[in-house]
Amino acid sequence: MSFLQHLPALQVVVPLMAAPLALLLRRSNYAFLVVLTATWAALAISTGLWVQVADSGPLSYAIGNWPAPWGIEYRVDPLNAFMLVFVSGVAAVVLPYSYSSIQAEVAPQQHYLFYTMFALCLTGLLGICITGDAFNIFVFLEISALSTYVLIAMGRDRRALMASYQYLIMGTIGATFIVVGIGLLYLMTGTLNLADMGKRMAEVQGSRPVLAALAFLTVGISLKLALFPLHQWLPNAYAFAPSAVSAFLAATATKVAVYVLLRFYFSVFGQSQVFGRLPMEEMMLILALAGMFAASVMAIYQTNLKRLFAYSSVGQIGYIILGLSFGSVNGLTSTVVHLVNHGVTKGAIFMLLGGVALRMGGTTLARVQGMGKVMPWTSFGILICGLSLIGLPGTAGFISKWYLLLAALERDQWWLVFLIVLSSLLAVLYVWRFVEVAYFKEPRQDIVAVSEAPLGLLLPSAVLVVATVYFGLDTSLTVGSAARAAEFLMGGLR
Amino acid sequence: MLSPEHIVLLTLVLPAIGAVAIALAGRWPNLREAITLLTAVALLVWVSQLLPVVQSGDLPTVTWLTLMPGLDISFKVEPLGMLFALIASGLWIVNSIYSIGYMRGNQEQRQTRFFVCFALAISATLGIAFSGNLLTLFVFYEVLTLVTYPLVTHHGTTKARDGGRVYLGILMGTSTVFLLPALIYIWHVAGTTDFVAGGILADKLGPGALAGLLALCMFGIGKAALMPFHRWLPAAMVAPTPVSALLHAVAVVKAGVFSVVKVIFYIFGVDTLLSAGATHWLIAVAGFTIIAASVVALGADNLKRRLAYSTISQLSYITLATAVLAPLSIVGAVIHIAAHAVGKITLFFAAGAIYTAAHKTEVSQLDGIGRRMPWTMGAFSIAALSMIGLPPAVGFISKWYMISGAMAVQNWWVVGIIVVSTLLNAGYFLPIIYRAFFVPAAHDAHDHPHGEAPLPMVVALTTTAAATVLLFFWPDVPLALARQMLTP
Repeated sequence: MSFLQHLPALQVVVPLMAAPLALLLRRSNYAFLVVLTATWAALAISTGLWVQVADSGPLSYAIGNWPAPWGIEYRVDPLNAFMLVFVSGVAAVVLPYSYSSIQAEVAPQQHYLFYTMFALCLTGLLGICITGDAFNIFVFLEISALSTYVLIAMGRDRRALMASYQYLIMGTIGATFIVVGIGLLYLMTGTLNLADMGKRMAEVQGSRPVLAALAFLTVGISLKLALFPLHQWLPNAYAFAPSAVSAFLAATATKVAVYVLLRFYFSVFGQSQVFGRLPMEEMMLILALAGMFAASVMAIYQTNLKRLFAYSSVGQIGYIILGLSFGSVNGLTSTVVHLVNHGVTKGAIFMLLGGVALRMGGTTLARVQGMGKVMPWTSFGILICGLSLIGLPGTAGFISKWYLLLAALERDQWWLVFLIVLSSLLAVLYVWRFVEVAYFKEPRQDIVAVSEAPLGLLLPSAVLVVATVYFGLDTSLTVGSAARAAEFLMGGLR
Repeated sequence: MLSPEHIVLLTLVLPAIGAVAIALAGRWPNLREAITLLTAVALLVWVSQLLPVVQSGDLPTVTWLTLMPGLDISFKVEPLGMLFALIASGLWIVNSIYSIGYMRGNQEQRQTRFFVCFALAISATLGIAFSGNLLTLFVFYEVLTLVTYPLVTHHGTTKARDGGRVYLGILMGTSTVFLLPALIYIWHVAGTTDFVAGGILADKLGPGALAGLLALCMFGIGKAALMPFHRWLPAAMVAPTPVSALLHAVAVVKAGVFSVVKVIFYIFGVDTLLSAGATHWLIAVAGFTIIAASVVALGADNLKRRLAYSTISQLSYITLATAVLAPLSIVGAVIHIAAHAVGKITLFFAAGAIYTAAHKTEVSQLDGIGRRMPWTMGAFSIAALSMIGLPPAVGFISKWYMISGAMAVQNWWVVGIIVVSTLLNAGYFLPIIYRAFFVPAAHDAHDHPHGEAPLPMVVALTTTAAATVLLFFWPDVPLALARQMLTP
């Protein structure tokens, strides 16, 4: 019993402890084993938490036995229990993949550093999700961000340094905005505990510093989640980082930032203040639509598959934010479910692209000609995930699109319905650029003896590809959890 | 003995299993083709087992999985779906025989992929035929688009790629932009998407909203090729002829009009639409499509293009007859699904036989070909009679019912459209027959002696031509199923 009680703390402590251990061991194989154990343990812990929350409602854990609101509280509710499972689940798949993938992409003497940073990054992301303390969110945000900068910089391409630097600058600006916002909130409410803050918000609602805090937090978090037009850091970071890092970031990093936004909007500021007092709904709607169209169009014109799918990510984040802007249960369900569905899909794509980069020497469209012939399984995997991006039935993307359209139809906004479906046709265009290059052209002559990606890369990728299809057919896990989370955010379960 | 519910699932899975086996046997062409034929025959046998069950009025219903809370992928075999499944699985056998002759005769590449996709397409078609709700229909409709894409672009040339773009763009574009919102809206309004006799939208929407929703559905079902979303059909003619034959005369286009009938009959409901007067525009659009496509066919010299536009026009007969909302005309529409399937597949078979034996693709090259290929052109002529609607071909029966239905509700516009289009049909089919049999062959440098196409092809097209005639004399099964659908 006592052990189970401490699960919330262990969720963060286990990967956190793995990081220095991996650093001290230095031998890359030992470091890998340590971090792998920690990652899988984290998945087990998060699953345990998720089951507990589903059974008996939100959990609260006081770090060091200091009761909230004075001490730091870890709080697990339907929303972040789901996020924890998602983040640790993706990590548990990406880490085995990275073992093979970094052999070719990262210098051998840096391998243990890679695992160390991976563990730290995971710690940061899990910490953001689980903590119930505003300043603690900022701390974990920085832990994940700093380790991410290092991870991106490990890319073999020298442009990785530039991409990392770009992300460093943008990420720091974002973090600064966030900390200013949190500071203003602390000033007005006298507390850092999120739940407590939410309660005290009634007294200071609508005051100027609170609205300023809302603005600061919105901008800061939007930078982190790459909301159009604050997305400039993202395409380079995804394109030049080592493949395992691209996959992990694409699947989780921006999604966790969306979680933070949801948390502040619905648990702290309260829906009435965000959407009632300010035209946030319209603003988010416009930015989301702009992202859906502009980023998707940019994706169509990319010549590198990694950048193509990176821009597609920016577009897909538009869908996620669009669902949020509705402020309805179905809208939020689509947001949360698309977080996961898109995370899984994009994670799979970037993992497969890692194999492409390895075998074909790059991911530019000119290089991957005829890929369907020489790497049939990888190409087919990317195709399946591409169909999920389009939102075809039988894939996870369809489920997200269904709820998003349902949310728009509930409000009889037919113009929005048509904009959503039209923008998903843009996804057809960029996915079909890949299809036509991969299946209609002959492989280049200078790429000799290309074969299918090694099993060490293929198998973990396959797990996520299968998940992409599975979540399109059996949605009891994803939609069930997302609907619970959405109702919780809307105050239904409180 | 398997229960009917198990048979339903079996018929859906069987072609998919066949596809896997075909893929595995790819290295041994004879074994591969044997598997195709075996699967096709087994499928027809199992599908036929369902016929007496359905006719006894006991409709097998299965839920496969729950996609979203309250939204199931489920199947229900009703008379219309039964008929469609019989047509698709029956013609798959004939088409497989033909395909083997065609693919080998023309030494086509990637034959394994071809047969695999074909089997998958049949699987998706049966999924559409047996779908128990609109969501299931939508899912398999999209799957059908995707698995036929590699067939359309089979040659892998730039032309095939461009044809594939149009094919995919229009079919996926219309289904995503129009049909998907309509589907979600129907679920939002009615709380279900089940196919129920009499419809599920009664008293739920005003006349204007009903007409708008109907428009979303009708244009959203791009496979029915209602103008202006018909361009994919001629574009898909870049495919090898067996693909055009089975998919663009039977499976894909019939999936389109089948969905049209099904949505009008089981989602909107005839009475709901009648009292709202929501189909006037559809009659106009379908009528326009019939006439306009026939005029284009009249001017097309490429044989497959002429057949493609003839298909567009014939599909709209079905939409038109359904939109009239008279019981007799709906019977006509249902029979025409069968009539056009056997007729048009014969015509495409003949076009492919001519291409294989004589390497001719244009109508103007066909002078005197009837003497060298009497069986092919004989079958072509019978099928053409069916298209025009003349006895002794089954097209006469369906047209008879359509006109009777329109007369019964005194819709003289519809009668006029059918009569005019019949003249146009005669205008573009009779000259081909005339050229083939009565104009002496021109002697040009490219000509070379040839006889009939390979035997499997001739057997196939003779069989379907015979079916056209047989269905004229014994239209019992389609007729009974159509009547059962109207009076359950």
